[in-house]
Amino acid sequence: MTTHFIVHDKADTVGVMVAENVPAGQELTGWIMETDETIALRALEAVPLGHKIALRDIHAGETILKYGHDVGRASAEIGRGHHVHVHNMRTKRW
Amino acid sequence: MGRYDFWGYRRENGRVGIRNHVVILPLDDLSNAASEAVANNIKGTLALPHAYGRLQFGEDLELHFRTLIGTGSNPNVAACVVIGIEPAWTARVVEGIAQTGKPVAGFAIEGHGDITTIASASRKAQEFVQGASEKQREASTLQDLFVSAKCGESDTTSGLASCPTVGNLIDKLDALGVTTCFGETSELTGAELVCASRAASREVAEKFMQAFRAYQEVIERHKTSDLSESQPTKGNIAGGLTTIEEKAFGNLQKIGKKTKFIDVLKPAEAPARGPGLYYMDTSSAAAECVTLQAAAGFVVHLFPTGQGNVIGNPIEPVIKLTANPKTARTMTEHIDLDVSGILRREMTLEQAGDRLIELLLRTCNGRLTCAEALGHREFVMTKLYQSA
Repeated sequence: MTTHFIVHDKADTVGVMVAENVPAGQELTGWIMETDETIALRALEAVPLGHKIALRDIHAGETILKYGHDVGRASAEIGRGHHVHVHNMRTKRW
Repeated sequence: MGRYDFWGYRRENGRVGIRNHVVILPLDDLSNAASEAVANNIKGTLALPHAYGRLQFGEDLELHFRTLIGTGSNPNVAACVVIGIEPAWTARVVEGIAQTGKPVAGFAIEGHGDITTIASASRKAQEFVQGASEKQREASTLQDLFVSAKCGESDTTSGLASCPTVGNLIDKLDALGVTTCFGETSELTGAELVCASRAASREVAEKFMQAFRAYQEVIERHKTSDLSESQPTKGNIAGGLTTIEEKAFGNLQKIGKKTKFIDVLKPAEAPARGPGLYYMDTSSAAAECVTLQAAAGFVVHLFPTGQGNVIGNPIEPVIKLTANPKTARTMTEHIDLDVSGILRREMTLEQAGDRLIELLLRTCNGRLTCAEALGHREFVMTKLYQSA
């Protein structure tokens, strides 16, 4: 079975796409490394290899968790299954 | 030979190298031409041209000397010819390297000119390279080995798999007495408290936080933006990394899950507390960081990359690994180990760590890395501030 995305930690709100050329609308299989669980998610837009996908709805201003830690904040509303990157996420530092 | 033993060159001071270079080391920018001429005359020698060495002062000058002396003293260097414009600073570097007991000689250009200097230095370089060519490799153990780590052009696959592979190696070899090093101070921003929690004592944690805060002050003083496109780089962002915090947690995977760091080193400072993991206060720019680690005496480097940084170092072999399947496919000549199978769940982290240990030992035994075969010899001195 193809793993389309990987999640570092059970608490994370984003996963990382590890499959190439996955089109919008596809049902994805994800693997949570920490707990070795398999989860399902529908991609609502095409997310390139290595880019992040939202695992749940994330409100503007909310902290985004990856590695189980704070890695920045949402700068816009982000829906589950959407691409998370510089257009909707910002650093809290510098 | 034990499972983790290798064949290395034991130097006069007991340290073990995995390469046998004869280096022609310029003290300053003005001496690059003569150094390169000597390396051209005498086959098997290696010139290390660089941009600095004039009118530096204070801590910046100390770092310049520490980097040059450390480079010449590295166990991968069998012997060293130093060429400088003035005799006094040239002698200071020669005396520093001579502490190791290895063959070293200095030549100053003032009052002689390039051509006479090149002739004298070439005769000495010939003697050194013929002597070095008779050195034999001897059985060596992990306790003799100094391994540095630093990643570059990272992307999210670095944090998922290639950096954890280095971490797995460090967790496995730390208990066996290897000496290891990580650095990249600005690239721990956001993960600094987690990093501090991995210090072996409160004293070491506080020393780390002091270095971290001092680097943040430099960034705060000079920044004109949130450093987007510098840290993270444009390549990082293309690879899916969005913030410095995200990049920092990926970077920190290189020290594994359990190994504690036992001291904090200044740039290019040699470890002095015995075997174990050391943190060094460095820039996160690949060539600057590896140059400082080589100058501190590390003899082999582990370099995870995501988008495909092509760096090498003239004296410290750089082993490159990637977990990005696209990079592994499109940049094969640069990648020593492909661990993208972890992302496809075809390879476990444990297996990847074992593969990297095997490749590390083969490299120590003499296998050329991709960067060595391709001639990557990035030697970049760190400069702390303007010259006088």
